[in-house]
Amino acid sequence: MPDNVLTLHYDIEGNDFTSAGEASGDVKRKLRMLGISPNTIRKLAVAMYEGEINQVIHANGGHIDVEITPQLIKIVLSDEGPGIPDVEAAMSEGFSTATEEIHNMGFGAGMGLPNMKKYSDTFELETEVGKGTVITMTVNIE
Amino acid sequence: MKISEIAEILGAESLTGEEYYDLDIKSACGSDMMSDVLAFHKEEGMLLTGLVNLQVVRTAQMMDIRCIVFVRGKRPDDSILELAKDNDITVLCTKDRLFGACGKLYCAGMPE
Ligand SMILES: Nc1ncnc2c1ncn2[C@@H]1O[C@H](COP(=O)(O)OP(=O)(O)OP(=O)(O)O)[C@@H](O)[C@H]1O
Ligand SMILES: [Mg+2]
Repeated sequence: MPDNVLTLHYDIEGNDFTSAGEASGDVKRKLRMLGISPNTIRKLAVAMYEGEINQVIHANGGHIDVEITPQLIKIVLSDEGPGIPDVEAAMSEGFSTATEEIHNMGFGAGMGLPNMKKYSDTFELETEVGKGTVITMTVNIE
Repeated sequence: MKISEIAEILGAESLTGEEYYDLDIKSACGSDMMSDVLAFHKEEGMLLTGLVNLQVVRTAQMMDIRCIVFVRGKRPDDSILELAKDNDITVLCTKDRLFGACGKLYCAGMPE
């Protein structure tokens, strides 16, 4: 691996609303120390946070790998959750399978995946029902 | 609009971050759904919400929101205030309901 690439790894606990967002907060802090522009950091942090929350709520946890190069930041969110049966529906604004309990925690508006797509420069989603989901996003550094 | 003016208009009590009272807030968002807040992308914004949990502060942290107003007199616990403090966020608490609090700020000239 070339030495101008920084990699980070996080394991995300399922159904834990206290630690949810810690990984994204940590990445945000590190990017700030690297002197990356606030706008780039915000886009990345929001996209990653939505993915992290989805792993907590929908996938019983997962893993996040972050790769920071001088040109871009790459985020790979992988989980061994239930997978997404209808990706087109899941990607549309307002679609959610979240329970009443999740709504009461402030989530389940069906905006997470659309937000991830909106804030990232490239977005790819692979999923298999019963196996899990892998989302790869990149955000270009301004 | 300065945070100090926001606090005065809402008759709000500050729970942490009074040192940022002179900060200029340029837009506001009122919602109990965090992804709605995350969809709204503006700089130097604030958040008014009836939801009280850690994820409200996380959401603000990701969005660079510097002021959170908890409505209906709801008081956050210490872990929420600690996280806000770590992220230089001012936390205000008002007795107004969400609609009323947003209306007052809107009438005072706060943009959406
Ligand atoms: N990692 C995942 N594993 C399994 N299903 C997922 C995963 N991520 C999303 N989904 C499914 O896709 C739907 C839409 O996700 P999205 O993030 O857009 O909305 P949400 O999480 O339901 O609500 P919000 O993100 O607005 O709080 C979810 O309700 C869920 O059914
Ligand atoms: Mg979501």
